[in-house]
Amino acid sequence: MSIEHREHVGEVTTTPERFENPGISPHRPRLSDEDPRAAKRAERQTILIFTLSILATVGGIVGYFAFPIQAPSLGNVRMSTLTLGLGLGIGMLGIGVAAVHWAKSLMSDVERVEERHVQRSDDATRAAAVEILSTGAAESNIARRPLLKGALGTALALAPLSFLVPLIGNLGADWNVSKFRHTAWAPVNGKLRRLATDPSDRPIKPSDVTIGSVVHVMPQGLPDEPGYLEEKAKAVVLLIRLDPRDLNEPEDRKDWSYEGIVAYSKICTHVGCPVALYERQTHHLLCPCHQSTFDVANQAKVVFGPAKRALPQLPIALDEEGYLVAQSDFLEPVGPSFWERER
Amino acid sequence: MSAETSFSKAPPAAAVAAADFLDTRLGVAKAVKGLARKLFPDHWSFLLGEIALYSFIVILISGTFLTMFFVPSVAEVRYPMDALPVTMRGQQMSEAFASTLNMSFHVRGGLLMRQIHHWAALVFIGAIVVHMMRVFFTGAFRKPRELNYVIGFSMLIMGLLAGLTGYSLPDDVLSGNGLRITDGVVKSIPIIGSYLSYMVFGGEFPGTDTIPRMYTLHILLIPGLILAMVGAHLFLVFWHKHTQYPGPGRTHKNVVGYPLFPVYTAKAGGFFFIVFGVLALMGATMSINSVWNYGPFDPSLVSAGAQPDWYMLFLEGSLRLMPGAAEVVIGGYTLSLNVLIPAVVVPGVLFTLLGAYPFVEAFATKDTGEHHVLDRPRNVPTRTAIGVAILSAFFVLLGGGANDLLATQFQLSINAITLVFRVLFFVLPFVAFIVTKRICLGLQRKDREVSLHGHETGRVVRFASGEYIEVHQPLDEYERWIRVGHDVYRPLEIEPAEDLNGVRRPGHGKDKIRARVSQFFYQDRVEPVTPAELAAASAHGEHDALPALPADRPSEELDARVH
Ligand code: HEM
Ligand code: FES
Repeated sequence: MSIEHREHVGEVTTTPERFENPGISPHRPRLSDEDPRAAKRAERQTILIFTLSILATVGGIVGYFAFPIQAPSLGNVRMSTLTLGLGLGIGMLGIGVAAVHWAKSLMSDVERVEERHVQRSDDATRAAAVEILSTGAAESNIARRPLLKGALGTALALAPLSFLVPLIGNLGADWNVSKFRHTAWAPVNGKLRRLATDPSDRPIKPSDVTIGSVVHVMPQGLPDEPGYLEEKAKAVVLLIRLDPRDLNEPEDRKDWSYEGIVAYSKICTHVGCPVALYERQTHHLLCPCHQSTFDVANQAKVVFGPAKRALPQLPIALDEEGYLVAQSDFLEPVGPSFWERER
Repeated sequence: MSAETSFSKAPPAAAVAAADFLDTRLGVAKAVKGLARKLFPDHWSFLLGEIALYSFIVILISGTFLTMFFVPSVAEVRYPMDALPVTMRGQQMSEAFASTLNMSFHVRGGLLMRQIHHWAALVFIGAIVVHMMRVFFTGAFRKPRELNYVIGFSMLIMGLLAGLTGYSLPDDVLSGNGLRITDGVVKSIPIIGSYLSYMVFGGEFPGTDTIPRMYTLHILLIPGLILAMVGAHLFLVFWHKHTQYPGPGRTHKNVVGYPLFPVYTAKAGGFFFIVFGVLALMGATMSINSVWNYGPFDPSLVSAGAQPDWYMLFLEGSLRLMPGAAEVVIGGYTLSLNVLIPAVVVPGVLFTLLGAYPFVEAFATKDTGEHHVLDRPRNVPTRTAIGVAILSAFFVLLGGGANDLLATQFQLSINAITLVFRVLFFVLPFVAFIVTKRICLGLQRKDREVSLHGHETGRVVRFASGEYIEVHQPLDEYERWIRVGHDVYRPLEIEPAEDLNGVRRPGHGKDKIRARVSQFFYQDRVEPVTPAELAAASAHGEHDALPALPADRPSEELDARVH
């Protein structure tokens, strides 16, 4: 394609296949190019905007000292953030707007043309490069020594292992992934664990749980045990009391509840958010993360959403003092699925 | 103007000395000579990449401020009773969360910097995405820029990781649940999922290693990588010289624009301050991630209706739309397709499609030339339609991520919305593809129309014969060039399977695939007007051109709207 100026399109005797590029359109001068007064005006505007920036920066610094934090008050935090922010914002914006205004009104706006060069090197350069590389390869004598090549490659490939093996080896701590299967509800030294409120860690009697209410509970004493957050992340349970007539329990789970009180893992079987919203009328539990919905009256089976499995149920009973206890740990892993879960 | 006077004045002695100091040590005069007058084409859409770059710089500056006051540790502390905010006094929390509160309430400018940092992060990723759309739809990724496209694409992925790790640092309820979802997704990966989860969290979720590890990734490794890639990206922009939009005088062999010094320096440099200023004003006036409203992380809590940062919303939507039934157990092993597909496969496919696109298109065109003049999106209907189809799938996922908001806002059932989005995810991309392609072809026809017959002027003229005609203003050659100057691609013709001697030609199978892809891309097309067509049109449609209104042809002008 050429960019020469074509004089008369359509009047050539042999019509070309395609139109030809007419070349850059003529430059139109701006007001400030022709009228010195307009240029002066643009200059003054630019100076004014720079001045605004200067004032804003000064104002921001004044704000820093004007709103100290000796006597912390929310008002001071707000004012300090606002004054510093406006100072910084207008200070920066002013510089930017002034510079662009300057460029647009006072700097030359004549477009220029420059040639491009193709990326491909010319044939002579390419030949020279090949020549250099093959000379180097020949001088290194590698071509005729395949074993040397292999040894070099293998050594290079293996060397990073001294870095990677200890790094990756240590990242997973003890790699004992079977911890996913156990929670703090397992009896300790044969003693069943009591259900306790969070955060006050008080044990719970059935009378504390009225019909329709939901309490989130943990094993009593958990906050003082090692790995508290990790254990809590598996052990949180929702305690819900239904009218026993609404409860649809299979034979083998009949003794897992107590007078309509059921306990289900709070950890969603989808990807593990805490399930939170309980609807009394429908007995549905909703996970706010991706809206998996579990039917508490029906073994917390999934009625909607991206989770597949029901929330695991914690078998509960009363101890001799009348507090709710877990009969055992959960009988299946809680939380999201993983590859070897069913093994 | 002043330019002449300043040239005539001798430069100040100090400047001469400084220049000499640098040149005799670094040879800077060579660099100035080579670079300072390099030309940059001008277009508003070229600012998108600049917004990304400048917000990244703002992120670096504000982030450095934050590192001075942030403590990346999950050691438990009790928040002091005389500190702000009142609601957090006496609460058990991690040092990370406590230091975030402290820097928000007791470090002057701390809250401002946190808010600037977070807003800049949102703008950064938004600008990358829109910049990428510009590059995609204008074909700026074509040879020789494919590798730079891949660099840019990698920066998008790195930006997402930076956002994810940063979001996790303050250790509030939202960030903890973000990590928890990450844990669930990681666990769904077949065979090694459980071990990967241990690797990420240093044991079981949440662990005590996560925040310090995320911190190193967030403030060192990821920004370091992004910075290196930004360097390579900009170097290649310089090296290739910027693309330009089609227009008179622009060719694949030249670059038309303004010199780096002074015009581009002033405009681009000024624009940095504008972006910084706007982000600072956002940080000053719009609160974001007010973590004290959520409270410290506790694995038993969740805040309903909380949304992730916008760039993670599509994953959230994808997870929400997938039906749970997809999880299967095979031979005793659990394959959580209900998590794997939406969180790994769907984004994997979307991103792979995007990342590999330049190579797919090059395969279809078998095009070996260098391209420096951009395409108008209408002139490449299939590419434009593919882009819009991918975007539409993305938007459906975004919608899925907001389905609870839509449900409460419009009083709809969340189940119904989810079902609709499930269908839309499969249907909408096809509809978007077809509609976009039709629109592009229509616009091209309109371009032909205008090239042949000129602009409608809105003036209607009645001839003595009683005939009405709308006056058309023919295009000048500059205006016409934009509509007729582009290259046309036609489907590739392949050589026969056997040569003249009846011997099977090697590579025929690949050619057949290529021909099919090429058909898909270039089958439907509208070709630009040729000089011959224009000559023919103006010969028989002479009266379409603006008549000179000679006295012997009385005419009457009417309003075009009557017509
Ligand atoms: C590369 C792009 C980056 C992105 C997208 C990004 C994003 C984020 C986000 C979304 C947060 C949460 C902020 C909040 O609301 O509290 C965050 C926190 C943080 N970022 Fe970045 N960041 C980036 C780079 C950096 C860099 C380079 C540094 C340091 C030099 C840094 C230092 C920090 C620190 C210390 C925090 C925690 C402070 C807090 O929680 O208040 N970031 N980042
Ligand atoms: S984590 Fe509960 S629905 Fe996804």
